[in-house]
Amino acid sequence: MGRAFVFGDNIDTDVLAPGYLMKLPPAELARRCLEAVDPSFAKTVNPGDFVVAGRNFGMGSSREQAAVSLRELGVKAVLAPSFARIFFRNAINLGLPALVFEGRGTVAAGDELNLDLASGRLTNQTRGETYQLKPLPPNLMAIIEAGGLMPMLKRRFAASRPPGASG
Amino acid sequence: MKVDLAMAHDSSGPRRWRPRLEELGVGLWDPSRVVIVSDHYVPAVDAASAAILKETRDFVRDYRVGRFFDMRGISHVVMPEHGLLKPGMLVAGGDSHSPNGGAFGCFIQGFGATDMTAIAATGETWLDVPETIRLDWDGAFADGVSAKDVMLFLCREIGVENGGRVIEFGGSTVAAMSMAERMTLCNMCAELGADTGIIAPDRSTLEHIRAHGGEVGDEALVVWRSDENAFSAREAFLSAALAPQVAAPHSPANSSEVGDFKGRRVDQVYVGACVGAKHDDLAMAARILKGRKVAPDVRLLVAPASATTTEQAAKSGVLATLAEAGAVFLPSGCGACAGMGHGLLAEGEVCISTTNRNFRGRMGHKDSGVYLASPYTAAAAAVAGEIVDPRDFL
Repeated sequence: MGRAFVFGDNIDTDVLAPGYLMKLPPAELARRCLEAVDPSFAKTVNPGDFVVAGRNFGMGSSREQAAVSLRELGVKAVLAPSFARIFFRNAINLGLPALVFEGRGTVAAGDELNLDLASGRLTNQTRGETYQLKPLPPNLMAIIEAGGLMPMLKRRFAASRPPGASG
Repeated sequence: MKVDLAMAHDSSGPRRWRPRLEELGVGLWDPSRVVIVSDHYVPAVDAASAAILKETRDFVRDYRVGRFFDMRGISHVVMPEHGLLKPGMLVAGGDSHSPNGGAFGCFIQGFGATDMTAIAATGETWLDVPETIRLDWDGAFADGVSAKDVMLFLCREIGVENGGRVIEFGGSTVAAMSMAERMTLCNMCAELGADTGIIAPDRSTLEHIRAHGGEVGDEALVVWRSDENAFSAREAFLSAALAPQVAAPHSPANSSEVGDFKGRRVDQVYVGACVGAKHDDLAMAARILKGRKVAPDVRLLVAPASATTTEQAAKSGVLATLAEAGAVFLPSGCGACAGMGHGLLAEGEVCISTTNRNFRGRMGHKDSGVYLASPYTAAAAAVAGEIVDPRDFL
């Protein structure tokens, strides 16, 4: 279970990971995540919490740090009616679930949420409401379950090597 | 899907690739199909950016990368300068403005660093097959109106959420455009949120590729065309009716005709970025600035998109015109547009910029503001010290 942090439409990559801070190591960059729209977010979010946002979440840059920062902060999943294409792929590739959720209006900041990723069942414990989200398709679910695209590829390359080969 | 070419830059490329490739225990799938461009942290301003650039050079050497452009300009402009983008190619670019290359009739998309690492290691990726929307622009622009105005108009008209769609441009206006202007159209398909932008190749496309060292056969003109029934939607616009456009902070979709912003004071004018500092763009600014001076309390910063652009502008006289008007020149690279390098903004400052994004805090302080405009409109603001209609200066 985690709390909801609620944001509006068109949250862009530059407020998720400001360009002028991109030389910082991931953990430090994460502490500045979304500060331009909510200075308290990175200070108060806890592992397991949720980002519930409006349309077109993650629009803009290809910078993976936008998704890295949310993962560093321990965000359990990003829920929004739609995602920008590159952000969505980045999130999945890093093992950060991003699910389509139309019901932002029914969720208030601080509501306690519970998500069953495999079934797409989202429960708002605070309001006693349940939503059925569309689960990720099997190919993307496989990436999430592997912990991201790199762990998945690592297994694939390891499997393709002849027994006894190093590397 | 098999990728024909993979491009990454110093920010999202080697420094992210090396540790992951080492962990996977593999090299590049085909070094000859990999292009690395150092354009974000150039030239180094501190030890951290110097280390990133060194890491990039070391990677290129160790992994025998086929093409490397070190501080030669912005990737999207440098690749066509070397004839690397051709009709029918599937290109993966480690940068969101990769759709820029769709001007050459290739399918080119932006990807993040993990996707790009996987592509670098395997030469493959997955794609959702997008629908295609065809936008035809017909007739001639009024003098002082350009491709940038089309895109700022479209950001408002069709919005910034076009995921799952490719935008194909056509019509007589596009047919008459230079390749640089076509790049401007495709570049800002990133702002439309589209999967990419594309323009079917014509004679101009092939001539440009051949003039820049690329080989391409005439059959590309026949092969790489959309079927007539390929479009999920089709819209036509009259170019003559388009006025210069300006997008107010903090979204490219906050656009309107220039007249709606008349009199808005500016502290800085930035002519830079892949979308706004090619030779055509600098020449537009120079047409306005010829024989005029930058207003006393305004700074005009010009960052040519590539080293080749600077060379062209030196030969054409554009550089001299800009310098005489009072421009300050910055290195070729992503620079202030990406919140890096020189030319960032203080709290409360206002910039009018030929770049493509004006998200909050992108060019500096979170309480600075960026207005997006064409080179004509930006240059006119430099002279007036406020936003004005560039058509009054031609």
